Amino acid sequence: MSALELERVTYRYPGAERPALRDVSLTVEPGEFVVLAGESGSGKSTLLRAGAGLVPHFHGGDFTGRLSAGGLDSREHGPAELAAVAGSLFQDPETQVVMGTVRAELAFPLENRGWSPAAVARGVEEAALALGVGALLDRATHELSGGELQRVALGAALAARPRLLLLDEPTSQLDPVAGDELLGVLRRINEEWGTAVVLAEHRLERCLAAADRVIALQDGAVICDADPRGFLGQAPEALLTPGARLFARAGITPAPVAVKDARATLRARGLLPEAAGPAVDSPPRFGRLRRRRAADAALAFERVWLEIPRGPAVLRGVQLALEGGERVALMGRNGAGKSTLLRLAAGLSEPTRGRVRSAGRVSLLLQHPGDYFLAERVGEELDADALVAAGLGELADRHPRDLSGGERQRLALAIVLAGEPPAAVCLDEPTRGMDRAHKDALAALLRDLAARGAAVLVATHDAEFAAAWAQRTVLMGDGTVVADAPTTEVLGGGWYFATQTARILGGHGGALLPEDGAALLRAPAVAVVL
Amino acid sequence: MSYRRRPSPLHAARALIGSAYCVVLAAVALSFEHPLLLLAALAAVLIAAAGAGVGGAVARVLAWSLPFAALIAVINALVVRDGVTVIARLGSLPPLGQLDITREALAYGGVLGLRALVVIGCFALHSAAVDPDDLLRAFRRVSFRSALTAALATRLVPVLARDARRLSDAQRCRPGAPASRVAIMRAVTAGALDRAVDVAATLEVRGYGGAVRPPRRPRPWSRHDLAFASSALALAVLAGVAAAAGWEHFKAYPVTLAPLDGSVLALAGALLAVALLPFAERRGVGR
Repeated sequence: MSALELERVTYRYPGAERPALRDVSLTVEPGEFVVLAGESGSGKSTLLRAGAGLVPHFHGGDFTGRLSAGGLDSREHGPAELAAVAGSLFQDPETQVVMGTVRAELAFPLENRGWSPAAVARGVEEAALALGVGALLDRATHELSGGELQRVALGAALAARPRLLLLDEPTSQLDPVAGDELLGVLRRINEEWGTAVVLAEHRLERCLAAADRVIALQDGAVICDADPRGFLGQAPEALLTPGARLFARAGITPAPVAVKDARATLRARGLLPEAAGPAVDSPPRFGRLRRRRAADAALAFERVWLEIPRGPAVLRGVQLALEGGERVALMGRNGAGKSTLLRLAAGLSEPTRGRVRSAGRVSLLLQHPGDYFLAERVGEELDADALVAAGLGELADRHPRDLSGGERQRLALAIVLAGEPPAAVCLDEPTRGMDRAHKDALAALLRDLAARGAAVLVATHDAEFAAAWAQRTVLMGDGTVVADAPTTEVLGGGWYFATQTARILGGHGGALLPEDGAALLRAPAVAVVL
Repeated sequence: MSYRRRPSPLHAARALIGSAYCVVLAAVALSFEHPLLLLAALAAVLIAAAGAGVGGAVARVLAWSLPFAALIAVINALVVRDGVTVIARLGSLPPLGQLDITREALAYGGVLGLRALVVIGCFALHSAAVDPDDLLRAFRRVSFRSALTAALATRLVPVLARDARRLSDAQRCRPGAPASRVAIMRAVTAGALDRAVDVAATLEVRGYGGAVRPPRRPRPWSRHDLAFASSALALAVLAGVAAAAGWEHFKAYPVTLAPLDGSVLALAGALLAVALLPFAERRGVGR
């Protein structure tokens, strides 16, 4: 019996002009690890929701074809029944937990299936251990961070040991370390329990190595269904991993599925230095740097502390300065203090010690662009000229909630940038759930803002995105700055905070992006050195 | 205010028993009118909250409720015509007519306000010390639909509260005058349907709609279960006997009479003792 089977499924959301899924036929066998690839709006989330039975039972709309999950036909069984065979995890962790404590959250799906108390207790313990949330069992869910919530929600999806796991960008809220840990857990569950995994993801370089198959969607239709290597051989450019683009530009085949794979190919061709080493700067150097810069900075944090009453210190003496026109990426693990630092910059919070100075207004775009909209029409949020400048002139009569993710972000950014030009522009995790085309557009926008004189500071977990636009990268850990150097140094030398190109080439030549790496591989002088 | 497991006897008791204890305490307050008995009930709530480690939170709720209690007292004084001791003549005010404030109406308004404070305190104690998940689980065995509604509502409240905080922060980031609270609340309300759909979808994929009655969880009665169940029962009996035997001597109109006689003092002492005795036992309160 297949874990998931779709036969000529076509689905249209209520009121939608075009179908979200078009004539989709596919089969996922037990124990398979399948990655769903595709640009935003390609139908990945809809496919997962169909597998969970939410489409069409919960969302309504027109559904034709046949879908069965774990042998249950979705035409005859609703989401609650399909939940017995398919565990689901969607994008927003805040709405993914329904109980007050972690223990109750993990027990909830088991109790819903009528398990005995002893079986529930055991299921809770095992799910907690598998996801590494044992220490959180008695914590209130409203106290958890986004990353912790995501793990707990995954634990709830897994607790009943479903035959099929449907995951919609589960690592989008996580830092690279936590993201890798989560993928490791999924791989282990897949291998040891035989659970079939269907995982939708934009950052394919994170999960391709774990996948048995990749199914690519475009406009709701399957355009590719192959093993990872086969996928990289036929996928459109927009879906290629940085490693595959590096090889394509350097004229090397076959495209690598993982870093290890790529290094083996390069080593076999004599193109990989044996001891390409990291080059992360050491903290003492930054003291001199910051004293020199703070005086004429567009935005400066001077020995900034933020201590929670009866709680921990979130920031511990942060010293950081940005000049006008400078493009800086702020990276670090979940809870390192990145978002807090941005809130201080915009005056949403006050430091408990130290001070924040700016040469003018600081614009801050928080994680949810939709939070900036209060009006019923896009045209009421901004004047016509500003809308046209943001490329949204034709959408003036639309409701802001009806905009796509990228359009929402452009509108929110236009709103915070309206009025006098800001001295600094800060963005908090702007690329969550974004495909590469949207990230490229955002990177271009950030470069443009900096060219107009604003200091740009962006908190992100996405090393590829940071490498695409940031001149300088600040790495935070435990409320302090642990590295502050040119992006080529910080992202070229890390294990986790590094681009795939840098990991393949070991940071050699400061190459972070496929284009730079390919140039390095093609250059005759470099080949001689290597 | 939200529930967090703490090492206290009330937290250690099962949710149904803890809930019954708080509800009975509130019902007892509603059955009494004598100010001393109401003050004893209020003291019982505050001391119980302190014993449960949530004294600060409950006290804050009571402090926030003081204007509400005062409002009850004022409204009673304005609308009730009983009482013989006029302390202020405010003239004629349509549609209320002649407004004469009497000492008796004001005093009884104070009694009503005090009673409201005790009830609010009981429910604050309930929110802070009774596990809502356990309670939901217990109620789900009785009524699936009611529990589903309660699950959606209880889960949605913190989600919407977070939304409101985020929206408020985002609005502070907009250049120009900040948006009013009304505008933010309107936006949160407009988004509530979307959020409710998200939460409902999660309930669905966790199998809640399967309507399988959760199995009974046989759990031995702990000393705290027994103590709070006994306390709730004793409080109910005490209030019933006091009402039947007429131990409470209180008359609001036409002249307020609230003598501090032996039976009232004994009743107040008994109420405090019965309500607070379960907190004396601290063994086995941790998890």
